[in-house]
Amino acid sequence: MAKLTFTGGIHPYDGKDLSKDKAIREILPKGDLVYPLSQHIGAPAVPVVKKGDHVLTGQLIAEAGGFVSAPIYASVSGTVKAIEPRRVVTGDNVMSIVIENDGKYEAVEYPAGKPLIKYSKEEIIERVKTAGIVGMGGAGFPTFIKLSPKEPEKIEYVIVNGAECEPYLTSDYRRMLEEPKKVIGGLKAILRLFDKAVGIIAIEENKHDCIELMRRLTKNDKRVVVKALKTKYPQGAERQLIYATTGRQINSSMLPADAGCIVDNVDTVVAIYTALAEGKPLMERIVTVTGDAIRKPRNFKVRIGTNYHELIEEAGGFRVQPEKIISGGPMMGFGIFDLDVPTTKIASALLCLSKDEVSAMEPTACIKCGRCVEVCPGRVVPSKLMVCAINDDEEGFLKNNGMECCECGCCSYVCPAKRPLTQTIKSMRKMQLAKKKK
Amino acid sequence: MAEDKLLKVSSNPHIRSKVTTNGIMLAVVAALMPAAGFGIYHFGFRALAVILVTVASTVITEFLFGIYKKKQTIGDLSAVVTGLLLALNLPVSIPLWIAALGGVFAILVVKMLFGGLGQNFMNPALAARCFLLISFPALMTDFSYDAFTGATPLAVLKNGGNVELWDMIVGKTAGTIGETSVIAILAGACILLLMGIIDLRIPASYIISFAVFVILFGGHGLNPAYLCAQICGGGLMLGAFFMATDYVTRPITAKGQYVYGIVLGVLTGIFRIFGPAAEGVSYAIILGNLLVPLIEKATMPVAFGKISPLKQKAMDAKEKRRVKRIEKLASAEGGQDDEE
Repeated sequence: MAKLTFTGGIHPYDGKDLSKDKAIREILPKGDLVYPLSQHIGAPAVPVVKKGDHVLTGQLIAEAGGFVSAPIYASVSGTVKAIEPRRVVTGDNVMSIVIENDGKYEAVEYPAGKPLIKYSKEEIIERVKTAGIVGMGGAGFPTFIKLSPKEPEKIEYVIVNGAECEPYLTSDYRRMLEEPKKVIGGLKAILRLFDKAVGIIAIEENKHDCIELMRRLTKNDKRVVVKALKTKYPQGAERQLIYATTGRQINSSMLPADAGCIVDNVDTVVAIYTALAEGKPLMERIVTVTGDAIRKPRNFKVRIGTNYHELIEEAGGFRVQPEKIISGGPMMGFGIFDLDVPTTKIASALLCLSKDEVSAMEPTACIKCGRCVEVCPGRVVPSKLMVCAINDDEEGFLKNNGMECCECGCCSYVCPAKRPLTQTIKSMRKMQLAKKKK
Repeated sequence: MAEDKLLKVSSNPHIRSKVTTNGIMLAVVAALMPAAGFGIYHFGFRALAVILVTVASTVITEFLFGIYKKKQTIGDLSAVVTGLLLALNLPVSIPLWIAALGGVFAILVVKMLFGGLGQNFMNPALAARCFLLISFPALMTDFSYDAFTGATPLAVLKNGGNVELWDMIVGKTAGTIGETSVIAILAGACILLLMGIIDLRIPASYIISFAVFVILFGGHGLNPAYLCAQICGGGLMLGAFFMATDYVTRPITAKGQYVYGIVLGVLTGIFRIFGPAAEGVSYAIILGNLLVPLIEKATMPVAFGKISPLKQKAMDAKEKRRVKRIEKLASAEGGQDDEE
C-alpha cells in the first residue's frame, strides 16, 4: 500500500531527538500569571473579575465575548493584580488579566465528571464550550463550533491530528505516549456526537512507538483506526491531513465538515477528555522547550499564563546566547523579541536557536528554479504569487489562487535565492482577508 | 539572560534549506567539466583558450555592468555558467575575438539589459551562439580540426553518408568543443540528476519526441543506426541536458516542462530534417524559450482542493444536460396530465 501522504512538502532537519525522550514534567508557576483575553480566533473574552478580587484555581475569570469566542479560567489561586494591556508572542499588546499567584493552588469545586456514556450530545458540546477549549495545535479556533456542524449526520471521519510534522516539537508525541487513554477517550467522546463517524488517529511514521501503542489500545475498537502517515512537513496541515487519511480534498473556502471530517489536535482531544471526565476547564497544556541554545530541552505540562522566562529557567537556562527565540515550531511559529510573554492556549513550543539562519542570508534574484512549485502542498505557484504581491497586483494574486496558500513556509524553506516567499504571500493574503471582511 | 545582545525577529519560516543559487551554479559548472575536459583532450589546447576567453568575457561584462548599476552580481556564478556553455557551443577554430564578442552579447544584451539573472527570456549562451551563427556563418560552421576534413556526423548523415556510431558516443568526431562526446555529457548530466538540480522531464520528453519525429519523418523509418546517430549527433545531448533545462528559460510548471520538451523535440526534428542546415538544436531551444510564457499560462497547476477549469466546464455541461432532461421529462409528464 502506498504511504498515506500528499504531493509536495519538505524534509527539514527535525531536531526532535533533543526532547523526544524527556517525559512530561509538570511545572508550577512562581511569578504572576498573565491571561490575554484573546488567545483564540474570534471575539476577545470579557473579564468577569476586577482588580483586587481573590480567585481560585479553575475559576472563570473571563467569559466568551461572542459566539465565536472562548472563556478563560484561572490556572492558579491568587489575587487579580491588574487588567491591562500586556505583550503577547506576536508582539502585540493585548488586554490581559494579571493574577498574582499565592502559591496555594486552592481549587474551585469542579463539576463532577462522569463516564462518557452518561453524557448526552448536547451536554458534551456544552461542556467543551464552557471549558474554554480551542484548537491547541496553533489555530485557536473554538472547538465547540467545530463539533457542531450544520449537518452532524454527514460527518464520516473524526481525525485526531497526531502528525506533529513541525521540526523540534515533541509535545503531542509525549502526550500520546504517556496518556494514550486520554487521547482515545477524548476521541470517543467526539465520536459520540457523530453516529456514523469513524475515528482516525493519524500519526507520522517517525513516531512508530506511538503508532504501535495506539494500535494495541484500539485493537478491539471497531470505530477507531490508527493510520501511519509518511513523515513529511506539512503532513499535519488540516487539508493535507484530510487528504492523506481520507483521500478527500478541500480548498481554502471550505471547512473540513464539507468533506465529512472533523480534525482536532492531540492536546485538544485530551482537553475535551479532561473537561468531561474530570470536569476541569482548560488550564494547562504541554509545551516543548527546546533548541540548541537550551541547556536541558524538556517537555513541560504548563499552566496557561506562565511566563516564558520561567519555562527557560525550568529547562536549565541557556547553554549559549540565543540569537532567535520562536514561540511554536520553526516553520510556522512566531519569532519573539521579548521573553516576558505568557504561555497561551495555543503555544506548543518555545524554541531557542543559537544561530538565526534567516538573517544571515541575503535574498537574491529568482532564477525560476521551480523548487517552490514542487514543494507547495497547496499546488500554487509561489514565485508568481510573490511577483503579484510585490506589484500590488490583487487581481493576478487572486487569479493565481493566492488565497489557497496555507502559509506552511515550504516555499521560503527551499528557495535557493532565499527569497521571503511565504512572508510576502502571507501579508498579501492578510490584506485580502481584511478587505473581504469589510 | 544577558540583555546585551538583541534577539532577531522575522516572519516564518525560521529555517532554510542549504541549497543556494551559487551552489547550484557551481554544480552546473562541475557537471560541465567532463564535456569541457574531453573537448580540450580531443581538440587540443586551443579549446582551453576558447573556454577561458569566453568565461573571462562573460564575467568581466557582468562585472562592468555591475559597476555601472552599483550592484555586483558576479558572485552568483551564473556568468561563469553562461561563458562555459557558450564556449562548449563554439567550434575550436573560432577566432578568439569572436568568442569574446559572443560572451559580451550573451551577458550584456540577452541578460543584463532585460534585468539580469532570472529576467532573460532566452538562454544567453544559445542566443549568443545564434547571434554569432548569423553574423559569422562561415567561421561558426568551420569544424575542421587537425588533419580531419571537418564534416560533422550530422552533415555526413544529411548528405547520405555513413557514420561510426561508437566514435560519436565517445566523441571522436567533428563538432563544437563540448557537444561531441555523449559519454562526457551524460556523466555530467548524472551529477545534476543525482543532486536533484535537474530532472528527466525535459531531457526525456525532448529526446523521445525527437526520436519519434525522426522515425516518422526522417525518411529512414525505424532504422536504429540512423536514429542513434541523430540522437547522439550534434548538440542534442548537450542541449537537452544542459540548455533546455536552464531554469530561467524553461516553464516552471511540471506539465509545462513535458510540453516544452515535446515542442523542442518537434522543432529540432523540423530544423534538422526539413531545414537546409544539418543542425537545429540551438534554434529549437531559442524558439522554445519564446513559447515558455504561453506554455506556463496554459499549464498552471490546479490548486489543492480546486477543480480544473476544463473539468468544471464538463461538469457544468453535464449538470445542464441533466436539468434539461428533467425539464423535458417534467414537461412530457405535464403534457400527459393535460391529456388525462
